[in-house]
Amino acid sequence: MEETSAQQAHVHAPPEGFLRKYVFSLDHKVIGKQYYALGLLAVCMGMVLSWLMRFHLVWPTTRIPGLELLSKAGAPGGIITPEYYLSLLTMHGTLMVFFVLTNAPFAAFGNYFLPIQIGAEDMAFPRFNMMSFWTTLVAFLVLILAFVIPDGPPISGWTSYAPLSAVGKDAGPGMGWGMNLWAISIAIFCIGSLLGALNFIATTLDLRAKGMTLMRMPICTWAWFITSCIALLAFAVLLPACILLILDRMAGTSFFIPSGLVISDRLQPHSGGSPLLWQHLFWFFGHPEVYIAILPSMGIVSHILINSMRKPLLSARVIIYSMMSIGFLSWMVWGHHMFVSGMNPFSSLLFSFPTLTITIPATIMTLIWLGSLYGANIRINSASLFALGFISMFVSGGVSGFFLAQPSIDIVLHATYFVVGHFHMVMGVASIFGVFAGTYFWFGKMTGRMMNETLGQLHFWLTFIGTYCIFMPFHYLGLVGNIRRYSAFVNDFTGPLMPLHKFITIAALGTGAAQLIFIFNLIYSRYKGAPAPENPWSGTTLEWSIPSPPPWNNFGGKHPIVYHDPYQYDVKGSKGDYIMQDSPEPSAG
Amino acid sequence: MSSTIYQPVRTPPPALRGSPLPAARVAKVLSGAEGASQSGIWVGIFAITMSFAALTSALFVRQGSGADWTHIALPSVLYANTLALLLSSATLQMARRAITAVPPVEPRAVPVGLGWLMATLGLGSVFVAGQFEAWRQLAAQGLYLATNPNSSFYYVLTAMHGLHVLAGIVALALVIGRIAASRATSRKSTFEATATYWHFMGILWIYLLLVLRTKL
Repeated sequence: MEETSAQQAHVHAPPEGFLRKYVFSLDHKVIGKQYYALGLLAVCMGMVLSWLMRFHLVWPTTRIPGLELLSKAGAPGGIITPEYYLSLLTMHGTLMVFFVLTNAPFAAFGNYFLPIQIGAEDMAFPRFNMMSFWTTLVAFLVLILAFVIPDGPPISGWTSYAPLSAVGKDAGPGMGWGMNLWAISIAIFCIGSLLGALNFIATTLDLRAKGMTLMRMPICTWAWFITSCIALLAFAVLLPACILLILDRMAGTSFFIPSGLVISDRLQPHSGGSPLLWQHLFWFFGHPEVYIAILPSMGIVSHILINSMRKPLLSARVIIYSMMSIGFLSWMVWGHHMFVSGMNPFSSLLFSFPTLTITIPATIMTLIWLGSLYGANIRINSASLFALGFISMFVSGGVSGFFLAQPSIDIVLHATYFVVGHFHMVMGVASIFGVFAGTYFWFGKMTGRMMNETLGQLHFWLTFIGTYCIFMPFHYLGLVGNIRRYSAFVNDFTGPLMPLHKFITIAALGTGAAQLIFIFNLIYSRYKGAPAPENPWSGTTLEWSIPSPPPWNNFGGKHPIVYHDPYQYDVKGSKGDYIMQDSPEPSAG
Repeated sequence: MSSTIYQPVRTPPPALRGSPLPAARVAKVLSGAEGASQSGIWVGIFAITMSFAALTSALFVRQGSGADWTHIALPSVLYANTLALLLSSATLQMARRAITAVPPVEPRAVPVGLGWLMATLGLGSVFVAGQFEAWRQLAAQGLYLATNPNSSFYYVLTAMHGLHVLAGIVALALVIGRIAASRATSRKSTFEATATYWHFMGILWIYLLLVLRTKL
C-alpha cells in the first residue's frame, strides 16, 4: 500500500531502461496503450472466431484449410464439429465482452486520458495500475490456454450457465479443464478490473487540478468515472460467483448443482444446489457489464461530437445525469436476462419495469445528441463519422431492446437471432464505434502522428455499411424463429433462410477484411503519419494543452489551473472560436 | 521533529523540497494524495462489502434451494478469536493516539505507538491462528468443505475473510517497518488507511459471526 500511494506518483523520477519504460511501466499512458494493444489482439482473435462460425454455418461441409491444426478433435479434416462450434462461440463471447468491450473503451482510453483530462500527473496508485494490467494479461493468457489443451475450450457460452458449467467433464468436450481455465481466467480478470476501478475512482475524486470541479470534468471523464463505480460493484459480485463455481467444479461442493442430476448417464455426486443462483449472480454482474461496455463510448462520442460541431451540447449536465441514472438503474434489471429461466413470472414483471425505465435516460441522451446536431455545421472526419455511426448503431440496436424488455414478447424472441442482432448492435458494434472514434481522435495525442484521413473515412463507410448488412438481417432471422447457437440448420423451415445467412457471412468476411485498413492505418501512421500538432482539433480540454505525445509526467512538472467548463466553443470575441479550460481568458457566459 | 513519525501535511517531504512548485501547490498535491489513500481504502471497503453481500445472498438462496440444509455447531474457539480481533482494534486506536498526536504528547510517543502496533499485529496473528484452529476442530467432527452446504459456506466465508485479514497484517507489518526505520517520508495517509481497513475487518467479522451463528 505504501509504495503504491499517490504521493510517490508525484515525485517518481522518469523511468530508465526499456523494461521500466515500456513493459513494467507505472506510467498511466503506457498502461493505457498496453490495454489498447491487448484489446486489439483480443478483437482480432474474436473476429477470426466469428468468421469460422459464420463460414461453417453456411458451408458446413467445406473444409477450412489448417483448422485441424488448431484442434484435431474439434475440426477433424478442417470441418467444425457441433461441439467445437460451441467452443468457438464461447471464446468469441468471452474475448469480446471481457477483453475487448471492457478493456478498450474503459481501461485503455480511461487510463490514458482520465488523469490528463483532470490535470493529474498519474493515477492515484500507479503500482496498482500496473498490477491491474498485468493481472488482466494473465487472465487473457489463462483463457486462451484453453485453445491448446487437449480438452479444448469450454462449450458453455460466455454466460457459463450452471449446472452444466459446474459438473465437469460429463457435460461435454471442453467442460473439463477448458471450463476450469475459463472460470479461473474470469476470476483473475475480476481482480484486475477491481484494482483498475478503485484507481479510477480515487484518482477522479482526489487528484483533480485546481479549479477542476466535478462539473468541469469532460463528459468522457464522467463516463469513465461512472463506469468505474459500476465496474467496482459488478466485478465484486462476479468474483465470488466464480470462486463458488470453481469450488463446485474442483472441490466437490454443491452451490449450483441440484440433487439427482444425471448428465451423460451419470448421477452427479452433488445435492441441493441452485442453478438459478448462478444466473442471478452472473447477471447481477452481466447486465451492469453492458453499461461498462457502452458508457465509456457514450462519453467519448459526446466529447468528439462537441468538438466537431464547435458548439456545446444542448445540455452536458443532462447527459451526465442520464449516465448516472443508467448506472443506477443497471442494478435493478438483471432479471430481464432470465424471463424464461423458470423464475417466478411476477419477478419478470418487476424486472421488466426498470428495464423499460432505463430506456428513458438512454432516449434523453440520444435526443440531446440529435438535437445538438440539428443545424450544426459539423466537421466531417473519421472521428466524427464514427461518432455519428455510434448514434446510428445505438438507436438501431436499442430500439429492439424495447421489445425484448417485455416478458411476453421475450418468450417468443428469446434464444433467437433477434437477441443476437440486438446486443451486437447496441453493445458490441456501438461500443467499438466509440473506440474507433476515440482512436482517430486521440491517435495524434497518443503517438505524435496523425492517422490517415482518407483511409479512415474509407474504413468508416465499409464498416458502417458492413455492420448493418451483418446485424440487421439477424433481427429478421430471429422474428422468423431462427434459433441461435445451432451450428447447422437442418429443419426444413430454415432452409429458405440460407441465402440470407450466406449474405450475412459474406458481409461478415468483407467487413472483417475492411478492418485490415484500420490496422494498416494504425501501423503506417505510427511511423509515417504527419506529425501531430499539440491541438490538432482545436479542442478545449486539458489533453490539448500539452505536447503530442505528452511527456512522462504529462504537464512537464507544471500544474494546470482550470478556469472554465470543459466545452467553451462558439465563443464570440475570443481569438479562435474556443477557449481552453486552462486559459484565464474570460468566458462568454 | 525526531519524535513525530510523519511530517505534517503542509511541509513537503524531502523529495519535493526545492521543487519548482510553489509551497501552496505542493500542499495541495499532498492533500490530494492523502485523500487518495483514504478514498482508495473506502472504495476498496465498498467492493469487499459488495462481495460479501453477494455471498450472503447466495447463502440465503442456497438455504432455500435444497433439502440438505442442516446446522453445524460453531467451534467455540471462534469467540476467543472474536475477542482477539476486537482487542486488536482497541490496541490500534491506542497506537493511533500515540503516533498521530501533533504535537507529540511525550518524547516516548514513537516507541509507545510502535508497541501498540506490535500488539495489534500479534492479536491479528492470534485471530488468524485461531481461525485455523476452528477449521481443525470442524475437520475433527468430519465437516469438510464439501460435506454439506453449511460447512461449504463456513469455509468459504471464513477463508475469504481470513485472506483479507492476512492482507491487513501485511499492511500493518509494512507500517511498523516504516515507522521503526523512522523514515521522515512515512506518511499519515498509509497509516490511517491501514487503520480504517483493520477496523473494517473487525466489523466485517462481527457481521459474519452473526450470519454464521444464525444461519449455519
